[in-house]
Amino acid sequence: MLNQLTISELTAKLARREVSAREAMQACLDQIARVDGKIHAFISHDAGDALAQADAADKELSNGGRTARCLLGVPIAIKDVLAVKNQPLNCASKILGNYISPYDATVIEKLKTAGAIVFGRLNMDEFAMGSSTENSAFGLTRNPWDITRIPGGSSGGSAAAVAADECIASLGSDTGGSIRQPAALCGCVGLKPTYGRISRYGLVAFASSLDQIGPFTKDVRDAATLLGVMSGVDPRDSTSVPQPVPNYVAALDGNVKGLKLGLPKEYMIGGLDAEVKAAVDAAVKQYEKLGAEIVEISLPHTDYAVATYYIIATAEASANLARFDGIRYGARVDGNDPIELYSKTRGAGFGAEVKRRIILGTYVLSSGYYDAYYLQAQKVRTLIRNDFLKAFEKVDAIVTPTTPTAAFKAGEKSGDPLQMYLSDIFTISCNLAGICGVSVPCGFTQSPKLPIGLQLLGKPFGEESLLKIAHAYEQATPWHLEKAGL
Amino acid sequence: MASAEIDVKYVAHLARLALTSEEEKSLGAQLGSILGYIEKLRELDVSGVEPTAHAVPMVNVTRADEIRPSLSHEEALRNAPRQANGLFIVPKIVE
Repeated sequence: MLNQLTISELTAKLARREVSAREAMQACLDQIARVDGKIHAFISHDAGDALAQADAADKELSNGGRTARCLLGVPIAIKDVLAVKNQPLNCASKILGNYISPYDATVIEKLKTAGAIVFGRLNMDEFAMGSSTENSAFGLTRNPWDITRIPGGSSGGSAAAVAADECIASLGSDTGGSIRQPAALCGCVGLKPTYGRISRYGLVAFASSLDQIGPFTKDVRDAATLLGVMSGVDPRDSTSVPQPVPNYVAALDGNVKGLKLGLPKEYMIGGLDAEVKAAVDAAVKQYEKLGAEIVEISLPHTDYAVATYYIIATAEASANLARFDGIRYGARVDGNDPIELYSKTRGAGFGAEVKRRIILGTYVLSSGYYDAYYLQAQKVRTLIRNDFLKAFEKVDAIVTPTTPTAAFKAGEKSGDPLQMYLSDIFTISCNLAGICGVSVPCGFTQSPKLPIGLQLLGKPFGEESLLKIAHAYEQATPWHLEKAGL
Repeated sequence: MASAEIDVKYVAHLARLALTSEEEKSLGAQLGSILGYIEKLRELDVSGVEPTAHAVPMVNVTRADEIRPSLSHEEALRNAPRQANGLFIVPKIVE
């Protein structure tokens, strides 16, 4: 089953000409035809275009072109928040209408330069706002391990498509956990790089001081490969940082002897599910067996992270989403004057969660409240960031659960926004601090069998060490090899 | 910190966001409970703490002011809801 392969397995087979890129792409398309009616990871995909890209890759492969292009012929699917030239872009919202991207995001350019087959529009929470992919104007995505449950969010389609082997890897975006949380709930690897590591040119902005693009993959090695392809400074994104890009794959040597891993005592909260806790405890023991040293650490402002996040993220979102006004692109509802046109267009085009966040964000920025909410939150953000920087003086990485529970049922939390927000408790601080984080599979609940994720948090621009630590655990355990029975 | 009451109608106007009366009601209740939760930030003493706007502060990122390739006129207008004569069409602003 070619669609089940990892990037490294597939590129090895392609290089040996054992299989063609067309066969690999066709296997993914066949899997989509077989399971996506149940999962609904994809909003749309253009099979003809994907196969044409595969044929072009095969032509180059037969001319011996593989060495320079490390993703040549690898099908990679894209969250519906990244611009791919001449493909639709909706952010799973009605407000973008029939929008077709006029250009490629920088990460898409880089994937194409590396030879990837870039295909499909993956479902998500509207404008990446949500933790369950229930806030999509294009319908629910289901968890491949149990279709009565959510895949997580906001990049739920990206995680479900990889877990269901509908693609070899995918891209998502992470503002408060939107890569790591769905990766944990669907049982794949999800990486949120350091803020500034990857250019966001062509990523539709949600919260500009928090957003990062990252990969969903079937193992850590593939995450390292994609990070290497996508990283680097970009003159079109002034927040991208001119840091050298190391060879992330070469760093995966399996050796964690003598490394120090921090266990934050504040993460052992009341709402933590017993099976999740047991799986994380077992992972910590595994690390000790591998020769790492476990150190208890403190992140004293953890309890303030969710409140801080929902001020900063909504404030930034309310400003970023002002551009969707029915004038230059997207859907329009007419009005007698421009203000009526804007209001009606936005009222008809945005879904409930987006409206909730725009209102909250507008409120916390409004005259008289700015200092009390927004400025206060930015100061608490400094305290949260300092907690991490202090912890990283003592440890090489921090180990936590990715989520407090395994995947919940569709509809279970959709009526209570605050409960939904609190499910992001372990992932949100990483974005506020601007550090990097990855979720890797670390076990399953018993009945029903649902994946559990282990989160590792690393120093700013410390992805090399972070992925090495994640890889050592992954290779010592069987969890990443398990497949959802579809 | 201010009271956890949002004048949803007023804020929706600031955000140029038309809401139905049901939406106003449900948003008011939900945002009340979210703001109640957010109030916990008041517990912290942040005197002397500098705000963080970006985790990796980059200052004065500039580029040379040179003409570079960009979207063509046609491409820039391609997604416009209404256009004519190479322009976006909008409701009348000045009487």
